[in-house]
Amino acid sequence: MLRPNKSRPRWHIAVFLAPALLLYSIVLVFPLLDTLRLSLFSSNGESFVGLSNYQRLFTDSQWWPYFWRALKNTVLFFILHMLLQNPLGLLLAALLDSKNLRGRSIYRTLLFSPTMLSFVIVGFVWQLILSPTWGIAPAISEFLGVRYRPWLGLESTSLPTVALISIWQFVGIPMLFFMTALLAVPQDILEAARVDGASAWQLFWRVKFPLILPTVGIVSILTFIGNFNAFDLVYTAKGALAGPNFSTDLLGTFFYRTFYGFQLQLGDYAMGTTIAVVIFLIILFGSLLYLLGWQRKVVTYEL
Amino acid sequence: MVRKWRWKLALVSLLTTVLAACGGGSATQAPTTNPNRVTLTIESWRSDDQKVWTEQIIPLFEKSHPDIHVEFRPTAPTEYNAALNSKLEAGTAGDLITCRPFDVSLGLYTAGHLTALDDLQGIAHFSDVAKSAWQTDDGKTLFCLPMASVIHGFIYNKAIFNELGLSEPKTVDEFFAVLDKIKQDGRYTPLVMGTAEQWESATMGFQNIGPNYWFGENGRKALIDGSAKLSDAAYVSTLKDLARWGDYLPDGFEAVKYADAQMLFASGKGAIYPAGSWDISYFNQNAKFELGAFKAPVAKANDQCFISDHTDIGIGINAKTAHMAQARTFLEWMTGPEFAGEFSNALPGFFSLSDYPVSLKNPLAQTFVDWRKQCQSTIRNSYQILSRGEPNLENELWRMSVGVIDGTFTPEAAAQDLQKGLDNWYKKP
Repeated sequence: MLRPNKSRPRWHIAVFLAPALLLYSIVLVFPLLDTLRLSLFSSNGESFVGLSNYQRLFTDSQWWPYFWRALKNTVLFFILHMLLQNPLGLLLAALLDSKNLRGRSIYRTLLFSPTMLSFVIVGFVWQLILSPTWGIAPAISEFLGVRYRPWLGLESTSLPTVALISIWQFVGIPMLFFMTALLAVPQDILEAARVDGASAWQLFWRVKFPLILPTVGIVSILTFIGNFNAFDLVYTAKGALAGPNFSTDLLGTFFYRTFYGFQLQLGDYAMGTTIAVVIFLIILFGSLLYLLGWQRKVVTYEL
Repeated sequence: MVRKWRWKLALVSLLTTVLAACGGGSATQAPTTNPNRVTLTIESWRSDDQKVWTEQIIPLFEKSHPDIHVEFRPTAPTEYNAALNSKLEAGTAGDLITCRPFDVSLGLYTAGHLTALDDLQGIAHFSDVAKSAWQTDDGKTLFCLPMASVIHGFIYNKAIFNELGLSEPKTVDEFFAVLDKIKQDGRYTPLVMGTAEQWESATMGFQNIGPNYWFGENGRKALIDGSAKLSDAAYVSTLKDLARWGDYLPDGFEAVKYADAQMLFASGKGAIYPAGSWDISYFNQNAKFELGAFKAPVAKANDQCFISDHTDIGIGINAKTAHMAQARTFLEWMTGPEFAGEFSNALPGFFSLSDYPVSLKNPLAQTFVDWRKQCQSTIRNSYQILSRGEPNLENELWRMSVGVIDGTFTPEAAAQDLQKGLDNWYKKP
């Protein structure tokens, strides 16, 4: 085996890495560290206060209930996506994978297209559809015999409604992931299973599904990261105060109000960055849990 | 997330500064006959008013002041505070700064960006209420000239009122009697407002009808000095009144947005619209029927009435301006009757705050401003000092006003909660 010559430093590696490293440090690493630093200072940024901002967030009666509610809402938002968006994505992918379906690429494009729309448009269009004044939802629910309610405006239904809109928008992403995974399943294995007399149902759950299991993990972790960062849709549909009565307040909107301020509320950099760091840590540990608990244990078949 | 937004923010500020610098550069090259002519620039968030300023107000000023040229240079409302801050820090901000009310501008003054204006000629033409939005907490120093206010009341559809034989209600009982009659008739939405954006309920609801309960400035100041509480009867009654609105609002009002309500009323499907005077120009353009307006109802006929006459826009001088004398000349002109008449007429619904009598060509705007003669003016009670802590009083008022209307909270519980929130951080001076 050829050994690299130790006497000659390989400068070209550093030279090639430098631009990316520099850019990454400036736009990602430095702001992240600065965020951490800001969260350890008082609100005017002058005195070092250690972890007392975190203590305030977790114990103060003016912070903890608000944070806890935002966290609960975010978890519910995530659970709804896991229960609906990802299985739906898998179902659509399985259907689109069937060879008998005509116009597959048209369906695929149509199902994926909402993902490419801007949040502002999605929020606007759905508000219009669901609007009690101009929307088609009242007429449709009357036709279906369902009692129309202003779902986006009620405390009990606004969060699930926003979650459903988000699921409608993003179901294309898990669908695409699963489709790619399904495409990679070798035909000869499927052929062999068919020859052995496997039904379509068995073929999917016994052969295809175990093979695409790693993708389930990737989709889940992407959903987790996306949902815990979610902000835009609630902001466009419900505003930064995430009403009614904070029922749609996610960690993202809670952070936004705190950091940037809202109406007469002035921005609080220290508490804002504290919340940002906590969100960061939640995502970090969630991702680590996934990497160690799932990614390493799930069997990846070499085909 | 912080990292992403901070960079976006920085980029936006940088871009605005660069663009603004370009704009300033070309402005100074404008052909002038007088070599001593000085150019003043106004920073503002009122991009909607660009035309009014450049075509009406500024030419009027320049006619009597040929040595001074004024440029109106607005920024988008949502970016104004951030862009202005970065321009002031960088020393590229205009000579005249349009001021938001209360803490945002107070912050600019304490940071040394605005000059004190107490000795400005003509300042005596402004009332204490008008000045309160741009004074230091002790009321000793004024740092922006009050420019305009917005007044709350109710706009109604005269055709519907005539058809149903209704007259303008003066007392609370009459108000609900009118609403009941419209509801019984069944063809029109009695009260057109939604609660989806939350601010309508607090601004057009709570702050509109409330001053009659807490006696305007008396009640507002009593909250600040601690002698009154939000759990007092005055506030519980306001919220009780507001809670009754729910029966008269459009179907599904919980998801009706501000613009939906505007359109619903303009299309003639509703009878009464809880309004801010800024709505006047929208309805003038879009409503095809005759409009009337009545002020917030009082408890008993002939009671002293109070109106929310909220100070919304002021203007100050950049402390680092190179043309201090000219900037002061411009502001002194703004204290006079010429500006008051031109401004109030060009922007119906924004009322000049000086004490010169102004005759308005818009009858609806005239109705609103005439209430000043019969009633005492006050401003929104959450704006001065009381929204500085956590939980933010203004945000809480939004949430609770919606809550009592849609039935989430009882008026008593909402009032208790509001006071509890204030007690959490506010220590009376």
